This record gives sequence, structure tokens and C-alpha cells, in this order.
Amino acid sequence: MDTRFGLDRRVTLPGPLELDSGATLAPVEIAYETYGTLAPDGGNAILICHALTMDQHVASPHPITGKPGWWIDMVGPGRPIDTDRHLVICANVLGSCMGSSGPASPDPATGRPYGMAFPVITIRDMVRAQAMLLDHLGVGRLKAVIGGSMGGMQALSWPATFPSRVEAAVVIASTARHSAQNIAFHEVGRQAVMADPNWREGDYYESGNPPAAGLAVARMAAHITYLSEAGLTEKFGRKLQGREAKTFGFDADFQVESYLRHQGLAFTDRFDANAYLYITRAMDYFDLAEEHGGMLANAFRETKARFCLISFDTDWLYPTRESRAVVQALHAAGAPASFVELSSPYGHDAFLLDSPEMNRVIAGFLRAGN
Amino acid sequence: MTSPALRPDLAVIADHVAAGARVLDIGCGDGALMAALRETRGVDARGLEIDPANVAAAVARGLSVVQGDADADLAAYPDKSFDYAILSQTLQTTRAPHRVLDELLRIGERAFVSFPNFAHWRVRASLLWGGRMPVTRLLPERWYDTPNIHHVTIDDFRALLKERGITVEGAWFLRRGRRTSAAAANFRAEHAVFLLRR
Repeated sequence: MDTRFGLDRRVTLPGPLELDSGATLAPVEIAYETYGTLAPDGGNAILICHALTMDQHVASPHPITGKPGWWIDMVGPGRPIDTDRHLVICANVLGSCMGSSGPASPDPATGRPYGMAFPVITIRDMVRAQAMLLDHLGVGRLKAVIGGSMGGMQALSWPATFPSRVEAAVVIASTARHSAQNIAFHEVGRQAVMADPNWREGDYYESGNPPAAGLAVARMAAHITYLSEAGLTEKFGRKLQGREAKTFGFDADFQVESYLRHQGLAFTDRFDANAYLYITRAMDYFDLAEEHGGMLANAFRETKARFCLISFDTDWLYPTRESRAVVQALHAAGAPASFVELSSPYGHDAFLLDSPEMNRVIAGFLRAGN
Repeated sequence: MTSPALRPDLAVIADHVAAGARVLDIGCGDGALMAALRETRGVDARGLEIDPANVAAAVARGLSVVQGDADADLAAYPDKSFDYAILSQTLQTTRAPHRVLDELLRIGERAFVSFPNFAHWRVRASLLWGGRMPVTRLLPERWYDTPNIHHVTIDDFRALLKERGITVEGAWFLRRGRRTSAAAANFRAEHAVFLLRR
């Protein structure tokens, strides 16, 4: 039994990991899961990259909430990402709080949690950490790298950073750079966290009082961006929450208020506020063209990877035009690219929901690599 | 070599694409031609298609197809990035066919263009004797729901080519799915396929 593979794995790699900021990180802890079996030639590995607040539990129950894996409809035996045929790897991103090195990890210099002493990281740093994990697992080349939202940013960054280690990339509901509006929403969330007196410049771990109120507000604001206006209207409209009339007060009169408050609070049970600051920063810093002399096409000139991009028509966080911009760059670089805009009422969150069309596209695209 | 499973105009194109070529199929549908070219000629085929269900079907068969529209999205392709640009039964649906034609020959060294001939005798008869917009086997939609917004005849097309300085390297004409002679093609052919180069 090779203990490197399986559910709920952790590894401490000596590093050092050289970061985009110029800082280095050592050691590097990575929490991850694998599903399926690595082929003898090591050629059947698929890396799944998770979004901002997701984690490595892509197809296994979450240890805190007990909820099923976040992409259980996509990943498993006979599913589009077929664990009968592939070794599927999903690792908690650098900077997060589910076991990989992040601001809540102990700082070897002090023995106390890093807090704000944790170096600012980038999407590319996350990818470099994943590459270190693949070295540990003996995976030289990925059959595919797949991700939605921030996971899609990593999936784009992978072939740009390691051109010969990726055969195919699937990029869902994502973008090659964060827009002013994307940054603006994240800044609202960060300011909500930092305005909470319990935040204490990030040094709250030993206080027993994390900045839960601030983090909950951050989550509420962000959650709105994951849904479509039509979806919100259909689900809640102006319906009142458990009452016949408005109270002329500031209780959660409306169902939509109650829903958002619940989403905000539930989030604070499973997520670290500082990790939220670091990961949103990494997303805001992401601009793949900037990393390649201002020309997005240059990011893809070295790689032979095939690409598949999927967007959703009601996603206003990373709208279809962002995917199209990537496709145009891929054309300019001569890379084989597929792209489809799917229809969904659910906005950005559509990528997490079961969609027969998305399943069909991803399953077909992955099979074509054989 | 012929490709009997393909639509007749696509079979003509498939028979005349050089092996190993780089091909962009614009309006590729579910990728039938691309798949045939890949399998029989080792062609590196890419597609552009407007209908998402068709794109999904093509990607699911392992083809590289991008959702987009010939009027708006050809500008994204670099000059001479393909040996052939193929536009089958799509020219008459574009908003600006003359500009699309220019784009084909900017992107491709050569271009295949196929279209239903609006001067076929049945079409003429329908207008002349019936006084109604023709509904035929190749033009099955009625005037108000047809995607064919720029009907074209073989002679119109030749005139446009002349006007824009485009050279004809080959022309094939189809009637009831069979190849027919070039004689009186504008009257007798239901369908035309042209191989063009600037």
C-alpha cells in the first residue's frame, strides 16, 4: 500500500518554494486527495484545481460540514472525469486553510501561526506548489488539468508555467485576468474582514475570537456575484422570511436576506479569514498576459496542450467575453482550442452544478486525448 | 477517393483537401467533415460553429471546435494560419458575405465555398409561375424563418469573385446529390462548390 495515494493525504515537502513576490516558503505542506490508480507509465493523471473557497475534497465528504464532495457529479467511476481510467488528484491550494501551507500554519521562525507574516502568493505559486506535489507522486506529465473559476486560472497557468507537463487543459467559467470589477468585489470582502475588531491585524488565532462577522459579510457580498439576478429573483423574489408583513425593523425580513446571512455564517465555520484575504489577493494579482510581456498568446506558444473552455451565459463574474479573449489568444498561438458557451440560469455557480451539456463536453474532450 | 457518408458538397471538399493540411471549417455543424478529414486524410482540422449543441457534439467526438459566428469571430484568426478555410452552406446566412469571403482568403491559403444556387430552374419556376418564394429540398425554410438572408446564384458568385480579384482553382456542381457538368450550371445545378485563392 503506497501511502502517497488515497483520501485525506498530507505531505510536508522541504522546499524551498520560490514565490513570485521574491519570498521563499519552506517547508511546504500540501493536503490533497487522490482517486483511482496511477497507470504503470504514470500517464493517466488528471489534476483538478479548486476554486477560492473549495478544497481537496472534490469527491469525498467535507470533514467539517459533512457535505458530499463539491464536484461529486463530475468526478467518480464512470463520471466525465472517470476515476476508473484516471488517477485524479486534487490539492488544497497554497494559502488556504484545509491543510496546505497558509496564514494559519505555524511559522517556523516563531512557532506561532503566520498570520500576516505569511508571504503573499499568486496563482502561479499555487501551480508551482502543485508541481512539487506531482514530483512527490511520481507524475511527470498530466493527461489534463481541469478547473472552474479560480481553478480555471490555475488550469490556464499550468501549461503557461510548465508547457511540457500538460497534455490538455479544461478551463470553466474563468478568466485570464481579474477585471477592475472582480478586484472591487474582492476589496469589499477584504475590507469587511479587516474592519472586524476581532481581526487584530491578522493575529487572532490564539484569541479564540476570529473575525467571523467580517468574514460573513465578505462571503455575503461574494455570494451575490456567484448567482444571476434572474436566479435570485426566481428563488426569492421579494418573498418574506417566516412572517406575514414587513417588521419596519432591520431583522432579515426578506428571504434573500435570511439566505445570505445563513451563507455568510455557515462559511465562517469552515474557512479562515486570513486565508480568504490571501487567496482573493492571489486572484486579483492574476493577469496571465502581464506575465508574458503583455501578450496573452505568448503564454501559450511553448505548449502543445489542447484546450477546452466553457462559459455560462448568465455568469457576470467571469462573463463569456473573458473566455473568448483566451480563445483568441489560443488561436493566435496556434493551439488547438475548443470553446462553448452553455446556457444556465444559475450564473457563475453553474460550473459546480450537474449539467449534462458540460458533462458531455468534458467527457468527450478528455476521451479525445487517448 | 470518395466519402459516401458525407453530404454531397462536403464529399466534394473532402476529396480535394490535400493530406495532412491544416483546415478551418467555418460553420462546421457537428463536425462531420472535420472527422472525415481527420480520419481519411490526417488533416489537422479546427472548427467554428454558432450552435452550442453542435459545438458540444463536435467536441464530444474529439474535435477542436469554437463557438462563434462567421461574421464576428473570423477576425481572431491570424493571417494564413490554415491551408484551407472551408465555408459550406453558410455564406448565404452571413450578414456580410463579401467580407466573410475576404476573411476566408486572409486566414486560409485557399478557401472552399459551397452554397445552394438560387438560380436553379426549380427556384426560378417557383418565382416565375408560382409567384412565391421558393421552398425546395435545399432551401426548405419559408421566407420569414429562413437563415438564408443573402441568396446567391452561381453567376452572382462568379461576378463577386471577379470584382474582388479572387481566382477560381476549381468548381464543382451538384444536382440531386450527384456531380453534374459545368454546362448551364447556373440553370441546372442545385448546389455549387468553389475552390478559391487570392
